[in-house]
Amino acid sequence: MTEEHVVKKVASITFGLLSPKHIKKMAVAKIVTPELYDKEGYPVDGGLMDIRLGVIDPGLRCKTCGGRLKECFGHFGYIEIARPVIHIKYIKIILDLLRSSCRDCGRVLASEEKITSHLALLEKLKKENNSKKMRIAIKDFTNGIKNVKKCPHCQAKQIKIKIEKPSTFLEDNRRINPIQMRARLEKIPDLDLVSLGLNPEAARPEWMVLTVLAIPPVTVRPSITLESGERSEDDLTHKLSDIVRINQRLFENINAGAPEIIIEDLWDLLQYHVTTFFDNNISQIPPARHRSGQPLKTLSQRIKSKEGRFRHNLAGKRVNYSARTVISPDSKIAYNEVGVPLLIAMDLTVPETVSEWNIKWLKEFIKNGPAIYPGANYIVTPDGKKRKITEETQEQILEELEPGYVVERHLINGDVSIFNRQPSLHRMSIMCHKIKVLPGRSFRLNPAVCTPYNADFDGDEMNLHVPQTEEARAEAELLMSVQQHIITPKNGLNVIGNIQDAITGNYLLTKEMEFTKEKAIDILMSIGVYNPTKFKKFGANVSGKEVFSALLPDDFDFIGQTRACKRCDKCLADKCKDHAYVRIKKGVMVSGLIDQATIGEENGSLIRALYAKYDENRGIKLLNDIFKLGIEILLRRGFTTAISDTDLPDKIKSKNKAVIDEAFAKVDDYIKKYKENKLEILPGMTAAETVEARIIEVLNKVRDKVGEAVIGNTSEHNSTMIMATSGGEGNVLNITQMAACIGQQVMRAKRVQNGYKDRTLTIFKRGDISPKAKGFVKDGFKKGLNPSEYFYSAMTGRDALMDTALRTPKSGYLYRRLANALQDLKVEYDYTVRDANHGIIQYEYGEDGLDVSKTDGGIINIKKIIKEVTQK
Amino acid sequence: MTSIYDKYTEDLSAKVIESVKEEAEKQKLSSADVKKVLDRAKEEYKKAMISPGEAIGIVTAESFGEPGTQMTLNVFHFAGVAEMQVTEGLPRLIEIFDARKEPQTPIMEVHLKPAYTKDEKTIKKVASLIKEMTFNELSSEFSINIIKGSVESVLDNKKMKDYGFTRKYISNILTDQLKNMEIRESKRGFIFVLKEGSENLSEVYRMKEKIKDTIIRGIKGIAQVLPTLKNNKMVILCGGSNLKEVLQLEQVDENKTKTNNIFEIANVLGIEAARQIIIEESLSVIEKQGLDIDIRHILLLADLMTSSGKISGITRGGIMSEKESVLARASFETPDVHLVNASLVGEEDKLKSVIENVILNQPVPLGTGLPGLVAKMKTGNKND
Repeated sequence: MTEEHVVKKVASITFGLLSPKHIKKMAVAKIVTPELYDKEGYPVDGGLMDIRLGVIDPGLRCKTCGGRLKECFGHFGYIEIARPVIHIKYIKIILDLLRSSCRDCGRVLASEEKITSHLALLEKLKKENNSKKMRIAIKDFTNGIKNVKKCPHCQAKQIKIKIEKPSTFLEDNRRINPIQMRARLEKIPDLDLVSLGLNPEAARPEWMVLTVLAIPPVTVRPSITLESGERSEDDLTHKLSDIVRINQRLFENINAGAPEIIIEDLWDLLQYHVTTFFDNNISQIPPARHRSGQPLKTLSQRIKSKEGRFRHNLAGKRVNYSARTVISPDSKIAYNEVGVPLLIAMDLTVPETVSEWNIKWLKEFIKNGPAIYPGANYIVTPDGKKRKITEETQEQILEELEPGYVVERHLINGDVSIFNRQPSLHRMSIMCHKIKVLPGRSFRLNPAVCTPYNADFDGDEMNLHVPQTEEARAEAELLMSVQQHIITPKNGLNVIGNIQDAITGNYLLTKEMEFTKEKAIDILMSIGVYNPTKFKKFGANVSGKEVFSALLPDDFDFIGQTRACKRCDKCLADKCKDHAYVRIKKGVMVSGLIDQATIGEENGSLIRALYAKYDENRGIKLLNDIFKLGIEILLRRGFTTAISDTDLPDKIKSKNKAVIDEAFAKVDDYIKKYKENKLEILPGMTAAETVEARIIEVLNKVRDKVGEAVIGNTSEHNSTMIMATSGGEGNVLNITQMAACIGQQVMRAKRVQNGYKDRTLTIFKRGDISPKAKGFVKDGFKKGLNPSEYFYSAMTGRDALMDTALRTPKSGYLYRRLANALQDLKVEYDYTVRDANHGIIQYEYGEDGLDVSKTDGGIINIKKIIKEVTQK
Repeated sequence: MTSIYDKYTEDLSAKVIESVKEEAEKQKLSSADVKKVLDRAKEEYKKAMISPGEAIGIVTAESFGEPGTQMTLNVFHFAGVAEMQVTEGLPRLIEIFDARKEPQTPIMEVHLKPAYTKDEKTIKKVASLIKEMTFNELSSEFSINIIKGSVESVLDNKKMKDYGFTRKYISNILTDQLKNMEIRESKRGFIFVLKEGSENLSEVYRMKEKIKDTIIRGIKGIAQVLPTLKNNKMVILCGGSNLKEVLQLEQVDENKTKTNNIFEIANVLGIEAARQIIIEESLSVIEKQGLDIDIRHILLLADLMTSSGKISGITRGGIMSEKESVLARASFETPDVHLVNASLVGEEDKLKSVIENVILNQPVPLGTGLPGLVAKMKTGNKND
């Protein structure tokens, strides 16, 4: 531990071109032969796999640095190119330079005064840090001098240069070869380059015409040994050996004095190979291919796109100490816990530094070893060596263990972990959970935290990470815990609340249930709530409201509305007939009911009130208690939804039939009028559109009317109805659709459109626009659908699926762009919002400096404050 | 009363004070109560203040990105009763953030001065003044006389009557607008000949098209007008947009009239107005989709898009190209181009933003990575 840790930080990175000199200087070997290995399979000296360039075989040592595989990062080599070739990526700038400089003297084709004034302008803009205006100024300048016919400096006549893509330059239909090009570029003086926007120190233009080529180290193009023992080389190696081969041939031909035509051909071929080495996706030339016909992946392709170096390896990295498995629900564990299978808990470890205070405790882990839980897998000695704990080493490790050692012990209950589900669309997709080691093979999580992860249990998998340093653990626990993310910064509402049974249970409890004193205490104790002050107040009979109150702190006041609240003009408060006015005074529930609007997701006003009053840790505890109470109540009471829930008496059935018949008759009437051209046409519509609008109007009312009848007839003690009114699951429409009428199927805001000529399906007559031929489903799910109705409902279902499938990539791209554009914005210490350059975007965030996730629905609730103040 | 509030201007934002004021007046609170309320508000406000270093940009991006998956892809919706088409949902949101020069469905909302909104007739009259009407609409027939090199048109007398045009009036407008042509009245319409005289048939054909498109009345680009009731006020919804010219009509209320073309607003009314329209348009898309995104996120995005004084979209060519860091630009799209250009000018990446530091495995300058500790450092080897 005496070792000094010097943490170096990269302060900046400068980009530039490699000069031939620089390439030779950084190279360790000159490559001269296209052969890779000799007969023994040993890399050839001066070949592309030369071991001076680094090693990829486990046994060998690098000839340059002596490092072994993974120790040596590799070294560059170079080849001397027989005749210069152009770097394809710099074609555009070469053309610009040739056009705007004199073919004779190399000066920029502008008068001395013009150059100086332009340079002065650039200098000024540079000081202002206005790169955009600089770019425009340079572009204007270059465009202005491209067509100058006579050099202002040496009066030489200029000839227009044309480019024949990809890399042939023509002057009066005569080709300028790279040698000439290089000569011309060499002549351009440094100061003139600055006026064209180049930095001569970083990029002399003649370096864009290659005379030497840097050979990347073998470590970036490792070969793979196939099962058959055959070696399969990397695409880059293939390309490079092409270049070396042609280069050698070109050398030989030049030395042998071959005819110019042959040399030119080889030169062009070399240009092609070098071009495809840089980029194998240039539009004018055929990409170089494997023998199998699949295009080679060369330098550009390695960098570009989603699977390229940038997005795949640099912006996203792989990690250790993580696990992934299927998730399943466990409503008995807390919101901020995650159930971890024993197998995983014994594989993932937490490094714990040994001190005098924990040495005894840590020794127990080592005694257990890796095979017995809770054990330890490794120790790290103070000099940084990692040792595995095995039966043989156990004894010795136990003996030498002293403060300063690090023990990598198994996960135990209460350890900090980070839990994540992709796609990680918002920050609630990665939250910190406490570990709870459980038997089984799946991660367990409380179903109420599914919403922020957008998870379900139909086979979803999730990832678990174990932070390895104290800093990481502290940050995870303080910033990423589930309790920190109950309220979303999207709109200031709670994403986590109670769901399904927990809501229904609490609803029933506070609405109608009553217990004996013993039973009430039994229920509360069974979920771990022990509140003697409240218990003492219990009479012989305890109402549900009292049971619920036992969870609440004694100083908690709350006023809220349930879902049933009709927002009457004059609120009757405690005397509300629908029990919609929820009031909690000093921790005692006085009136109202608990339902989705008070403890559910999104609008759980009670939950937000608890969070505002108490801190997050107490808040999550209370939320947890409410959840457990709801489940327990429902478990003890028993709750089921049966098909008989949707039974209707004959009276209602015939009434519904009448409603539908009446509507159909009305529709028939419209159709008749339409066919006789007697229909009164709505403004701005054709007759056909009018009749459609009228029909839709009528049919839309049908389901509502039927629904009213069904709901009016359904008892409030009907289980399905209880779920719908409490907001636990489902809604009134679901009941209507099950019991009576599914209704009109709508696609793209219209009734089902014709797929055949003048009709939707071939079983109907042409031109039939009656409800049944246009997607009206008149019966409920219980009675069933006839074939055409079934088909219509499948149509809308498919439409919805299509929509989702098409939408996901579009919104994904929008998100990626937003994230990239906005990722640097932060709130400064003076509460301004600034970008990475400290440019001000907003003077005060959101014009009031509030954090949405700390507010109640995005505002400071003045009304609530006034209420509290005036009532005191 | 104002004095009570004045004390709090430093501690509370104007927005909060304003809402306290409003509520206090509504509920007729005593000044002692107001003070209590303000004190409480101050407390709550302090608690809810944003923490410095908060990566607010990412929070905003998430707030749009996550609900984006819930938006519909259905492009069209019909505004009101009748036929006006409006782009909605995700496609419209993308359109706004991309800062496209032309919206897919340009719509203008023309408000009229109170004097002109009294009865439907005057409104309709104004509407007809706005709607673009070409000569083509008034004609029933066009023919080319090959021998004479002339174009002959036949007027639709019924339409002429409906719109109340006289031949003389039309003829005047035509001569006014088609200066290079000679226009004669014929029995049923007009005969057009080029003044220069040309035998080239394609030129005559082009002439015919030009005549057809001559605007007799209304404003160029407004293809559709629809007077509708909006918030209890009559407005004219226009399919197509031409803000500059509409604002010049005397009947138009220039304070309220707007278009959904962001660039047009920026050109005519300036960048602050463009910012406002970006906010309003995004907000309306989000609300129509039944989503709930806090206004602060929209504000931030609108401010970012307009902070340079010009509208720049969230695209490769917009905001992203304005970034200083080479690596940040390269890691978004087309890395090779950015690297090549950086090499030409010898660009230096100062590693000040997020993605470069991620690339280099260094802490990012946001949140807990932002503050540095001031500590005395050991100066390493004494010989150095």
